[in-house]
This record gives sequence, C-alpha cells and structure tokens, in this order.
Amino acid sequence: MNRHLISAADLNRDEAIEILDTAEELAQVADRPIRKLPTLRGRTVVNLFYEDSTRTRISFEAAAKRLSADVINFSAKGSSVAKGESLKDTALTLQAMGADAVVIRHNASGAPHRLAGWVSGSVVNAGDGTHEHPTQALLDAFTIRRRLGRIDGLRVAIVGDILHSRVARSNVWLLTTLGAEVTLVAPPTLLPVAVGGWPCSVSYDFPAILPGSDVVMMLRVQHERMTDAYFPSVREYSRRYGLDSDRLALLPEHAIVMHPGPMNRGVEIAAEVADSARSTIVEQVANGVVVRMAVLYLLLGGSEGTR
Amino acid sequence: MNAQTGAAGSAGSWLIKGGRPLGGEPADLLIADGTIIGVAGPGRDRQDAAGGQRTQVVDAAGLIVLPGLVDLHTHLREPGREDAETVASGTAAAALGGFTAVHAMANTEPVADVAGVVEQVWRLGRQAGYCDVQPVGAVTAGLAGSQLAELGAMADSAARVRVFSDDGRCVSDATLMRRALEYVKAFDGVIAQHAQEPRLTQGAQVNEGEMSARLGLAGWPAVAEEAIIARDCLLAAHVGSSLHICHVSTAGSVEIIRWAKAKGWRVTAEVTPHHLLLTEDLAAGYDPVYKVNPPLRTAADVAALRAGLAEGTIDCVATDHAPHPVEAKETEWAAAAFGMTGLETALRVVHAAMVDTGLLDWAGVADRMSARPAAIGRLDAAGGHGCPLVPGSPANLVLYDPAPGEPVDPAARASRSRNTPFAGMKLPGRVVATFLRGRPTVLDGTLTR
Repeated sequence: MNRHLISAADLNRDEAIEILDTAEELAQVADRPIRKLPTLRGRTVVNLFYEDSTRTRISFEAAAKRLSADVINFSAKGSSVAKGESLKDTALTLQAMGADAVVIRHNASGAPHRLAGWVSGSVVNAGDGTHEHPTQALLDAFTIRRRLGRIDGLRVAIVGDILHSRVARSNVWLLTTLGAEVTLVAPPTLLPVAVGGWPCSVSYDFPAILPGSDVVMMLRVQHERMTDAYFPSVREYSRRYGLDSDRLALLPEHAIVMHPGPMNRGVEIAAEVADSARSTIVEQVANGVVVRMAVLYLLLGGSEGTR
Repeated sequence: MNAQTGAAGSAGSWLIKGGRPLGGEPADLLIADGTIIGVAGPGRDRQDAAGGQRTQVVDAAGLIVLPGLVDLHTHLREPGREDAETVASGTAAAALGGFTAVHAMANTEPVADVAGVVEQVWRLGRQAGYCDVQPVGAVTAGLAGSQLAELGAMADSAARVRVFSDDGRCVSDATLMRRALEYVKAFDGVIAQHAQEPRLTQGAQVNEGEMSARLGLAGWPAVAEEAIIARDCLLAAHVGSSLHICHVSTAGSVEIIRWAKAKGWRVTAEVTPHHLLLTEDLAAGYDPVYKVNPPLRTAADVAALRAGLAEGTIDCVATDHAPHPVEAKETEWAAAAFGMTGLETALRVVHAAMVDTGLLDWAGVADRMSARPAAIGRLDAAGGHGCPLVPGSPANLVLYDPAPGEPVDPAARASRSRNTPFAGMKLPGRVVATFLRGRPTVLDGTLTR
C-alpha cells in the first residue's frame, strides 16, 4: 500500500480489496470481550481537525486506540493564513513531535497533499474541502459488501449535491474501481460541468433510476446552496430529489439506502426511510471504525522494522 | 551612489560584433551617445565611426540581437509590498530578462490612482536605472469599481500615464467601463481590462472543467472572461475608443478578438508566457506555484493562444510578473495568492513556445515583445522603445543566446520573489546583454551594477 491515503482514485482494485478484507478480519475482534490489539503500540497518531466533525474524529480516535496507538487530538478550527498558524508550521510542529500518522480534516481541497510534502509520517485524508473523503467511501464499500455480498456489477445511485461533495467524488472512484456501475442523480446545477469525463452515468430523473438500483446513497444538501441559486427552494429540492416512502417502494426488494450523515431528515431523506430496515446508516457508523483500523494498520503496521 | 559605474556600465560607444539582428545575417552594430549610429556587415573596422571615442567591443557571434523588450503588464509591488518586490529589484529582473521598459500595474498600496503615486513610481524607476518604468494608472478610485480615478491628472503628470487598468479586478460595471473608455479619448489613453465577470468567478480557483471537477476546486469558467471581452469590444466600438485586453487565456477569447479586429475596432490584446506554455494539469498536486489569475487552461486553449499570437490577433506578450513572498504560496491552494513571476523567463518561454515550434521567427518575436507593446503603451514615439534596429534609433536592445539553456533556478533570480512556475524546467536560451539607451544594464548575463 502507498505511504498515504489521500485520494480514493489512488487505490487500485487489489489495494482496495485488501483494505476491505483487513477490515473484515478486524471486525471479528470487535465482537470479542477485549477489543484491543497491540499492533500499533508506541506509535503516535495525530488527529488534525480544521473543521468540526465529531463523528469522523471519534471514529478515527476509536480506531487508533483499538490498535493501541497513542492518539493526540489537535483541533485547529478556523485556522488559516489570516489568523493563527499556517498549515506548514503546524505540520513542522507535528513532525518535530514524531507523529507516525496524521489524520487531517480540512476545509481546503488539497490540504492533505500539501501536508504530505511537509511531514515524513503517513497522511490520511479525513475529508478535504470539496475534494475527497476516501475512508468514507471505503466504509460505504465495506457496508455494501456486507449487506449485499459483493460490489462487482452492482448499480449504485448517488443522489444530491455532487458538485460540492467529497463523499461523492471518493465513492465514484472507489466503487467504479471495485466494479460497480455508478449513476449520479442531481439537479444539473449541482453537477460539475465536466462530469461527462467521470466513469459513471448521470440522471436528472430520480424516480426513473430507482427500479434499477441496488444501492441508493443520499447526500446531505446544504441550505446555503439555495441562496446561491443552485435550486429554488428546499421544498422543491425535496420533491424532486428527496427519498420518501413512495420512492422507497420503487426500489427492488434487496436494495439498501445509505447516507454518510449528518442527515437533514425531511429534506433529502424522510424520517421513516432513514429508520427503515433498508437503511444502513447506523451500520455505516460502526463499520467506519473497523475500516479506519484497517487503513491505519496497513499504513503503519508493517513498517516498524524499516523505519 | 552610482559614481563609479565603471567601463562596463558606461554609455560611451559600443561595437556589437557579429550578432544576428532579428535572427538574420550577422552584422555589426555601432552605438554612440545612446543611439544606434551604424549597422553593417561584419569584419570592417568601425572604430573611427564613433568619432575618436574609445569604443568598447562586445563579441556577439552567434547571438540574436533584438530591440529591447517592452512589458505592458508588470507588478512591481512598490509602494506597499516591498517584501515581495521593489521597483529596483523588479526592474533588475526586467533587465536580466531583456526588457528596457515595463509598465507598472496600479494595484499597489496605496493604489496608483492619483498623480502623486504614479509620479513616485516613475521616479523610483528612473533612480533604479535598470529600465524605463511607465506607471499604469487605476481606472477607478482605490480599484473599488465605483467611481473614476483622476485619469486626466495622471495623464498630465510627470509620469505621462496613457494606460489605465484596475488589473487584478475587472471593471465589471458596464456604464463605468463605457465612461472610462470615452474619457481617455481626450488624451489618447487606453483602458486595459482584466476580463473577469465577478459573479461567475466567486471563489474561483482553477479553470472550470475536468480538473476543477476532479480536484474539488471552484471553477473559473472561460465564459467569465469571454463575456467581458465581448461586451468591452462592443463598448469600445460604440464610443470609438481604445481597449486593451490583459492576459487573454481562452480559445474563445481569441475568436472574439479576431472578430472585433475584423470589424476594424481599436482592440488590442496580450497573452502571458505562462499561458503559452503551461496547462491546468499542473494543478493536480495542489502546489499553488501554479495558481494564477486567469488560471492555466487546457492544451486546446494553449494551442489557440499560440496561433492567435502568431497571426497577430493577440498583439503582444506581456508577463503579468506577479511576485509574492514565500508564505503566500506555501499554503493550501485556496488560501494562496494568485500569480507567477515572469520577467526573467519571458523571452526563453516565448522561444520555447513560439520559435522552437515554428510559429514565429525572431522578427516576429521582436514585433510581439517590443514594437507592438511599445505602441500599445504609447512608448514608441515619446519613449524611444520598440524602434527598429537601424541607425538613428535609440540603442535599446537585447543580445540573446539561442543555444540550449540551463534549468530555471528560482534562487538565482534578481526578483525578490521565487514564485516561478518554471523552476527546474529546461528552457532554451539565455539573455546575454541588455542595453538601455546605449548603456549596458546587463553584460555576460549579469547586472552591470
């Protein structure tokens, strides 16, 4: 595996499957009475979070601790060139402290690329701006495989604000690498103009694609998109691109509903859909920990003797 | 402080032996009192022609002789950001790049929007002495885009401002742009527009297309440039004034300008060296040294820009030399400053993009980097720039070695800033000497003082 995990596009099929298989093994440990492994004892993992994201941070923290790593949480909210320390100076500080891995969440696309140039440890992208969120895609793939037994050949619809979604980008690259057929569903304003170059198809008609979908992944839609004229109103968005029980009924019986969270209940997803048996939303959270354990294990676990 | 300029830096008389004017047959150029006084085939003894003065000789065998280059678009940063560049350091960089005149953009702190500031910049240029500094005046007060700056006062000042630009910002208000175009007719001025529709480019970071989609960076669509260019061509035609378009970056812009010129409208345009050589793919690693406004575009745009420059639709090359301190670039992409340095590499980049590709010969390079920008900047008749290499012309010239060059080393530059996108790139050629009114500012690739 590469030294860093920055983009799902960097993973080939074998590497992606290795992560999912490793996560599957680690999931067995999660069912034991003592859930801790000594693998990363003495290694330091820094969670460097420039955005509030409690769920992602505690998921990485739990993953690192279950592998016995020392965890340092560094919240640098609102930091930028204008106020506070620069990313480079923070990177040099972490480097001096001997961080073996830095898990970074940042509001600027590409921040993990820059960080990787300034630290010698591994960099794990925990979401950068509107670019990527590779561990979210990995946990989504893991969840799909557990529920449906495979990924190859499945038809996955990703619905919502594709233009600004790091989750959508990572899932397009990862799921197509793993053999799924991805369809993006959104109003044209919320798709990149060059989406035609992506390895997936595009639809503006949500109900039409539902009968042929094995997986529907709903994305959170931000209120501020309305004021930027991406769509006329939240109600209209919800009517055209929201998943309610009527639309749920259009899906094949085996199909699952996913959401990376946090949800806007009643906007992109109706409460009864989110809470239905089709929904994998709570499983996704649980699976996040084992997938992140697998990533840290593969990035750091084997390298001890060579450092 | 310049008491001893020494022999190397003195005007006096010079014999430039065996160089190839405009890349043609070898000839000797004799210079005296700041003027070219003779051009003749090589080998003849021309010592007498200088009227008994001791003539210094430069062996220019194998070198190309071009008229001194003129840059229509330079950011010298002084006053205000002397940590990034000063008039002295920027003009030293210009001389090393073969320039004898640069137009200093108005977006300084304070803004060059009154006679006092443009005169200060003009005077600093004269004191530095590396090349002529022609200040550009702001179109609107404080570059704020709401009311006209005192264009007439700047035109009448010692700096004789003729080019006005809010560069860095677009004069997006159509009425204000119309008035500016009309107003400068009274003193043969030209409005140089930074064509960027602001609402279409809010937060824009890279060319909108496949790269912006993939990188998750806000897109800067070509239409935001083209819509303003089309509008301004129509406005310039309507009021019968002169429009110059800064840093044209898209294939569509070239088409619109070609159309406007075909109508006979007084529209001119420039392209930067970096837009002639580099593409958006360089953004893939998120290194902001490739962040520039307008952004690097696609290979198809680069090809259209080269063709437009070759056919003359784009009149000239202008550097948009935009120095920034290290910390403005060692950051996340979105937080980084826009801009690239360009003075010291411009001729080499044009050599690679236009000459090595067969699109322009050296006479064409002289036209696009000296004669035409001098004419657009109103520095031809009054300033003695962009003149042909004939007896009687002011001795502003550059000697250029077209042999394969060394990789670009940002640390070896005269500019105070290091943000060159060409670092490590193996570009052809080397500027050997630059003469400003008969006095060498650069000899053997080194500043004379």
